[in-house]
Amino acid sequence: MSKSLEAEVKTNPQGDPITSMEPEQKTNPQGDPITSVAAPKTDLKKDPHAEAKKQRIVTPEYMFFEAPRTKEFITGSESAKEAVRRSNVDLSIAYPITPQSETMQLIGVLYGEGYVKEYYRGEEEYGVMSAIAGASRAGVRCFTATAGPGTLRGLEPIASWPGHRLPALAMFTCRVVNAPLAIQPDNIEISYLLNCGMIVFHAENQQDLFDFIMKGFIISEQNDVTLPVGVACDGFFVTHARGYVHMQEKGIKLPPREAWRGAVPVLDAENPPARLSRDAPVQKSNFMAYNIHAVWQQEVWAAVERSRKYINQYMGGLLTAENVEGADAILVASGSAAAQSREAIRLCKDKGIQVGLIKIRSLRPFPIPELRQLCAKAKLIVVPEFNYVAWLAKDVAAAIYGYSKAKIVAGPHVYGGMSMPVEMIVDEVTGGLTGKKSGNVPMSAMMGTDVDQAAVAHFMQNI
Amino acid sequence: MSLDYVKFSPGFERFMPKEYRDMVEHGPFGKKVTVSQMGSFKEILEEHPMCAGCAMTLFIRLAIISFPNPEDTITVGTAGCGRLAISQAAIPFVYGNYGDQNGVASGLSRGLRLRFGDQPKDVVVMVGDGGMADIGFSGTLHSWFRKEKFTTIMLDNEVYGNTGGQESGMTNQGAVLKMAPLGKKFEKMDMLGMAKIAGCAYVATVVPNNPRRVESVIKKAVLIAREVGPTYIQAYTSCNIEYAIPTDKVMEDAKTVEDDRYKFSEYFTDEAKQFLADRYGYKEFLPKPAAAVTQA
Repeated sequence: MSKSLEAEVKTNPQGDPITSMEPEQKTNPQGDPITSVAAPKTDLKKDPHAEAKKQRIVTPEYMFFEAPRTKEFITGSESAKEAVRRSNVDLSIAYPITPQSETMQLIGVLYGEGYVKEYYRGEEEYGVMSAIAGASRAGVRCFTATAGPGTLRGLEPIASWPGHRLPALAMFTCRVVNAPLAIQPDNIEISYLLNCGMIVFHAENQQDLFDFIMKGFIISEQNDVTLPVGVACDGFFVTHARGYVHMQEKGIKLPPREAWRGAVPVLDAENPPARLSRDAPVQKSNFMAYNIHAVWQQEVWAAVERSRKYINQYMGGLLTAENVEGADAILVASGSAAAQSREAIRLCKDKGIQVGLIKIRSLRPFPIPELRQLCAKAKLIVVPEFNYVAWLAKDVAAAIYGYSKAKIVAGPHVYGGMSMPVEMIVDEVTGGLTGKKSGNVPMSAMMGTDVDQAAVAHFMQNI
Repeated sequence: MSLDYVKFSPGFERFMPKEYRDMVEHGPFGKKVTVSQMGSFKEILEEHPMCAGCAMTLFIRLAIISFPNPEDTITVGTAGCGRLAISQAAIPFVYGNYGDQNGVASGLSRGLRLRFGDQPKDVVVMVGDGGMADIGFSGTLHSWFRKEKFTTIMLDNEVYGNTGGQESGMTNQGAVLKMAPLGKKFEKMDMLGMAKIAGCAYVATVVPNNPRRVESVIKKAVLIAREVGPTYIQAYTSCNIEYAIPTDKVMEDAKTVEDDRYKFSEYFTDEAKQFLADRYGYKEFLPKPAAAVTQA
């Protein structure tokens, strides 16, 4: 396996490497690769499912930690497809727009090849997310993806998945949701997902997306978890751009979902029906009804807590920390903001400022104990985000309040499709250290020592 | 189904509630029961919190007795009066979100087919007129166009009963209800016509005052949905509260409405007829021998 694939990479007319899994890559007149969707060639002699049928089941431990990997240069959507190919997915439901990435049509290719057993195009996201709920109740492994307004359109069913204890994996390729309507990257939709009771991961790049999806299935289906997992990434920056992804061979896949394993029985008429969760729990307004709902929600969030040990086991932690010890400042970031932070850290180093990076992988559960420990001695924390509302900064502030005397800068922020110039992050680091007034971030978005207390109060009110 | 799940673990019989013991010893699981045997076996749905005189409850009771394989049937509902009764039944019931029932049933029935293949696992949606024709309209129509293989039953009381009597799309034109203070301004939605256009293999209208007829349409609808395609039953199940029908006149009202605008009707595709005849011995749905004019 030591043979380098990098040396063999072909290039398209623009000189970009062509690394699709298909042996021949066609391009459209603009030179973009045509990654979709031709129906499988109907060679009557050849079984289109032949390759899929040959897949071997391996343990999650072998798949994640031992199986040899080779490197490919692919888009985020392609990496999601390759993750699903190796995840033994039974059923997937697609919807084209509001707005989508190529992911779900690529899952259609997998269906044609037999890697996914059932697949259809739903009517819109409410219908898709409802059908995912039905399929998960039937005991099969389900995958779907959506983005932006599609996430919000499907949010009513999505928000009820955890309460119904439905393992499933949904990918959110974040886009603008607010007016004026746009299709650009902006991860404000994550703030809505954080309060559903589902597990939420945020992928920085194509490799994260590949790993988080596969590991998400396994974490989702643990008996003491039995919850849906959302894997978010920033639209376009990850879904449409290419990056290197280290992948296992196509010939292996994860073990199937074991329907009997869930904390709540599936609805297959083979087990006693779970009266409490899947029947109407709140039939009438009385104390028992309130109590049932309350303890059920407590249990959902307790299950979120219990997922920590599996995230540690399979993903190596809810966050990663680099050069935090003794740093002048710490950047706390998730998703594409983490990628921009790395470059900002390099620029800071050129100026002689040592900056550490904490990349949050798991937003729910949130790495509260880890942050309290890592930030205990921090002087300055800067939280760059691709949204207006600073959902990550608020969570960080709430997590370390009372455990750190650091000044926290909730910014810089970009939204509506802007990219994040790394200089904006550098400005907040240098300004934060020197006490210079920020040009990017209002005083009300700062808290900590040596800050106007009225501004802190305003910030805390907004948490 | 593994009928084991309705049996007692050895040694636990005497600790189980009487209702449970009755269900195990005298229930319909694994047996063939009919509506004419009512009173001689323990029904899957008996106790419920519905209003006195509720025709919908009678219909739901009859429908559940009529399921060809109750032990392998999963019901799906949404908000409305009906789920208050259906959720009391001794078979699985999905109560998800508002108007999500045909989406849920699509995923559920496909997932069950993946796991159980040809072994029948019947999925039956039972929802009110508002839940289906208004808030669940898109999901319902799309599930039919997609030819999803499950049964959809509308409990049509022509009003939002559970929320206190508001106009629904299935309300008759002119009816004065909450949110229709001047009378409903457009006609009752033609869900039957839409079911046929969308490709349902079997469409029927029925009222609850003829139990054997209810049994007949439910059985056909569930059987056809196993292999042929979507099926739809629209049942008139009056709301005696919102329409002020005296309790002892509920069946009389059903008869009047049946005679007036809810006449019994059945529509089959040819494939559905053939399937019933070949698989389940319904020879009456085949063309009469005299119609074999191909000899000419």
